[in-house]
Amino acid sequence: MLVDSPPEQRAETAPAPPTRRAARALGLLLSVLLLVFVALASIAIGAKALSPDQVWHGLFHDTGTYGDVVVDERLSRTVLGLLVGAALGLSGAVLQALTRNPLADPGLLGINAGASAAVVTAITYAGVTSLTGYVWFAFLGASAVGALVWFLGGSRGATPVRLALAGTAISAALYGYLQAVMIMDGAALAKMRFWTVGSLASAGSSTITQVLPFLAVGTVLALALARPLNAVEMGDDTARALGADLNRTRALAMLAAVLLCGAATAACGPIVFVGLMVPHVVRSFTGPDLRWILPYATVLAPVLLLGADVLGRVVARPAELQVGIVTAVIGGPVFIFLVRRRRTAQL
Amino acid sequence: MTATTAGATNNPRSTVNRLSAENVTLAYDQRVIAEQLSVEIPDNSFTVIVGPNACGKSTLLRALSRMLKPSQGRVLLDGQAIQSMPAKKVARTLGLLPQSSVAPDGITVADLVGRGRYPHQGLLRQWSAQDERVVRESMRQTGVAELAERYVDELSGGQRQRVWIAMALAQQTPLLLLDEPTTYLDIQHQIDVLDLCAELHEEQGRTLVAVLHDLNHAARYATHLIALRGGTVIAEGAPNDIVTAELVEEVFGLRCQVIEDPETGTPLVVPAARRTRAERVTAAS
Amino acid sequence: MKTHPRSRAVRTPGGLSLRLEPRALIVVVLLLAAACAAGVALIGTGDAKIPAADVLRTLAGNGTAYQDFIVNELRLPRVLVGLLVGASLGLGGALFQSVSRNPLGSPDLLGLSQASTAGALVVIVLLSGSAAQVTLGALAGGLVTGFALYALAWKQGVHGYRLVLVGIGVNAVMTAVNGYLLTKADLVDATRAVVWMTGSLSGRDWEQVRPLLGLCAVLFPLVLANARGLRMMEMGDDISHALGVRVQRVRLLLMASAVLLTAAATAAAGPVSFVALTAPQLARRLTRSPGPNLVPSLCMGAALLVAADWASQRAFGADQLPVGVVTGVLGGAYLLWLLVTERRAGRI
Repeated sequence: MLVDSPPEQRAETAPAPPTRRAARALGLLLSVLLLVFVALASIAIGAKALSPDQVWHGLFHDTGTYGDVVVDERLSRTVLGLLVGAALGLSGAVLQALTRNPLADPGLLGINAGASAAVVTAITYAGVTSLTGYVWFAFLGASAVGALVWFLGGSRGATPVRLALAGTAISAALYGYLQAVMIMDGAALAKMRFWTVGSLASAGSSTITQVLPFLAVGTVLALALARPLNAVEMGDDTARALGADLNRTRALAMLAAVLLCGAATAACGPIVFVGLMVPHVVRSFTGPDLRWILPYATVLAPVLLLGADVLGRVVARPAELQVGIVTAVIGGPVFIFLVRRRRTAQL
Repeated sequence: MTATTAGATNNPRSTVNRLSAENVTLAYDQRVIAEQLSVEIPDNSFTVIVGPNACGKSTLLRALSRMLKPSQGRVLLDGQAIQSMPAKKVARTLGLLPQSSVAPDGITVADLVGRGRYPHQGLLRQWSAQDERVVRESMRQTGVAELAERYVDELSGGQRQRVWIAMALAQQTPLLLLDEPTTYLDIQHQIDVLDLCAELHEEQGRTLVAVLHDLNHAARYATHLIALRGGTVIAEGAPNDIVTAELVEEVFGLRCQVIEDPETGTPLVVPAARRTRAERVTAAS
Repeated sequence: MKTHPRSRAVRTPGGLSLRLEPRALIVVVLLLAAACAAGVALIGTGDAKIPAADVLRTLAGNGTAYQDFIVNELRLPRVLVGLLVGASLGLGGALFQSVSRNPLGSPDLLGLSQASTAGALVVIVLLSGSAAQVTLGALAGGLVTGFALYALAWKQGVHGYRLVLVGIGVNAVMTAVNGYLLTKADLVDATRAVVWMTGSLSGRDWEQVRPLLGLCAVLFPLVLANARGLRMMEMGDDISHALGVRVQRVRLLLMASAVLLTAAATAAAGPVSFVALTAPQLARRLTRSPGPNLVPSLCMGAALLVAADWASQRAFGADQLPVGVVTGVLGGAYLLWLLVTERRAGRI
């Protein structure tokens, strides 16, 4: 309740919060700087290492040298990473607030798998080849699975275990379907085994322009929902007592999550755990106020994603490890740690 | 006033009573709940453990029923350390009704009560005529015989609690431990359950140990009362002997009057009015 | 009859008594008959069709040399592997679901199947190993992960919810590892890997039957002897403890058995999806009996897998589509059904 009181009022009643607010703002600024740093690293580091000079040259005085071409390629990959990372972090934070469930994550809830299955269907059976074509299928798959998990998980009586299990079960079913498609269609296998692990490698500037509108709408929507979601987090009855329009908030939040997650998956395949980890880490130092969590998640999730991408490029040089694999291998242990730390009563 | 204090019962060994805790230290993880706690459960008593929230009363019950292993000291059952006894042997002597239990989906009342016979069964002795008889008898005593074929999920809270008690009865143990058996029940069902407990104690001579929240219920039904606070026994003895305004204030931090229960003559705790309490606080300071 | 219409007791004068549930008994008999019938039908199906009567005659040792070769050398091992794998998965699934107290808590969702797959893929992709080595790799992957799962979920005893959530984490990591291994493979290995990953019974011979049969012969009785303790544990640890069940010991024993059964089954036939998830639930609905329903689940698993293999052979032609695809479709249908019924009943 204190969280919802306007900042001015709080400043009058208690002296501590303004400093805390300043600290949060400063933290956000530092996070942005960190993001810039990781983004530059993502441009500089790779199979061919570039010096800062070369990066600068490629970014601002493009004359078509070999270094400039590399920078160009890595730039679009980095921008895609920024967008997708932000989308995943934000959708994770929104889903966690919406389901009142600290373990909600678009990957864990099967939404990524839904988008994947729909995209693969589109590629194999509907002959859709362009991203603009299959981004719609991604949305369709994501929203269908989102709704299904919500109902299977017991809708309003949903517990973390139920939701996670329902999501995993649906993911398992969909991956089974993907395998069947791959077995029966060798050409599809050749293409899709790379897509289904989640990678930024296929990025092009056209990919970015195609998913950008969806991500922009989703981001604005999600950020605008911070205040009503704060109310939803306090439980249905309390939220209603506080005057929040529950159904509208829920529907809009789900729409935002599906837009963000569907577009991200369409652009670079299913990537799990980014949406789970980042809001968790953020929450540990911002507290439960979504008006801070959401911007922080938007900035820090791409730090993680780009960081994982760079790591994937470094550890397996000259080949590379797909970013989806790196995030899962880092994220799995973090998830297990979170589960072990929680006490029974809190679940 | 023959109130026994904690110090007086700290004598090292009792050969008289079947169940006792001897200098036990109880802890979850690193969090210590009680240290050097000694408790005797008098045979053939209806012992009730009372105390404020988080005073360690449920923890003590868990230790007495070997759910929780003391980090120091030991719990003795018939003179033997309870942890070292065979699980089924303990289960034939001492029963426990925990605070929360899950009835498996789609189980009937008779089936659930029947599961209380587990410690008396074996691979080749799965359902004897005696099992059958005891189950029927347990259901009759708790008044759930006519519900035998109903599903446990369909029952009301009060009925369900009776079924669980019937299950514990079917275990046929001379000692029965109950952790807050009246929680979530309305007043009529609370009294129902407590009457049932008193009946089991008086008519069948079982030793009962219960954790109760309501001090007045405790004072009315218990033959032996143990008042805990912060993991130590503040007082124990018959309710008529130990329940005083001073004790209630010491244990619960509540000012009150203790009057005689017009129905039973047992002590009845009446909290002081809000104003009186506020005045006394200002007077004191 | 008044108190226990569901179960009957058989008593001997010597004081022995056995508890039998007539309905469960009938279900078990029918399922066994169905499994055998599906097995006979499966032996008869393929490029060389053999009528059921001839199959039976050949199995009894009275067939022609040609029939004897096809039936006893080629197809019987496949059916036996199918029966044993299905039974192991059904039993393993029932154990996991009972321990986690959750109808969705089956080994294929808790990372065990994915872990076996990872073991197998390492052998296929990185070592280009033989079929026998793939089996060993899968077995090792499943066992190591199974025990890691137990260790990670351990914290003053294993709790159902923690087991499930840790399992889901393990599953996600293993899925990613498998995805990675698949991208490392050349297309030939990748195809072989994907077929393995779907779960298939084709080309199984006596080499696979014997170790699996041995394992089942040891583990099935062991598990069933502890079934009564497991029944008690469904009421919660405290109650079962109070009733004299050594909860942690029984649970460790049963979990270890379930991990072994699942790993062995996966090693023999690949991670056939959803049998472990659906068999216990279907069995339970047929017997209408509370409790883990171990024997009915076991029979249901066997019948389900062999029937699915037969259906896949009939519908798509010999060895066109691995059995895992059929069970996957069945699993999807089951999930939808669960969605409708369980939600209406207000429980999952």
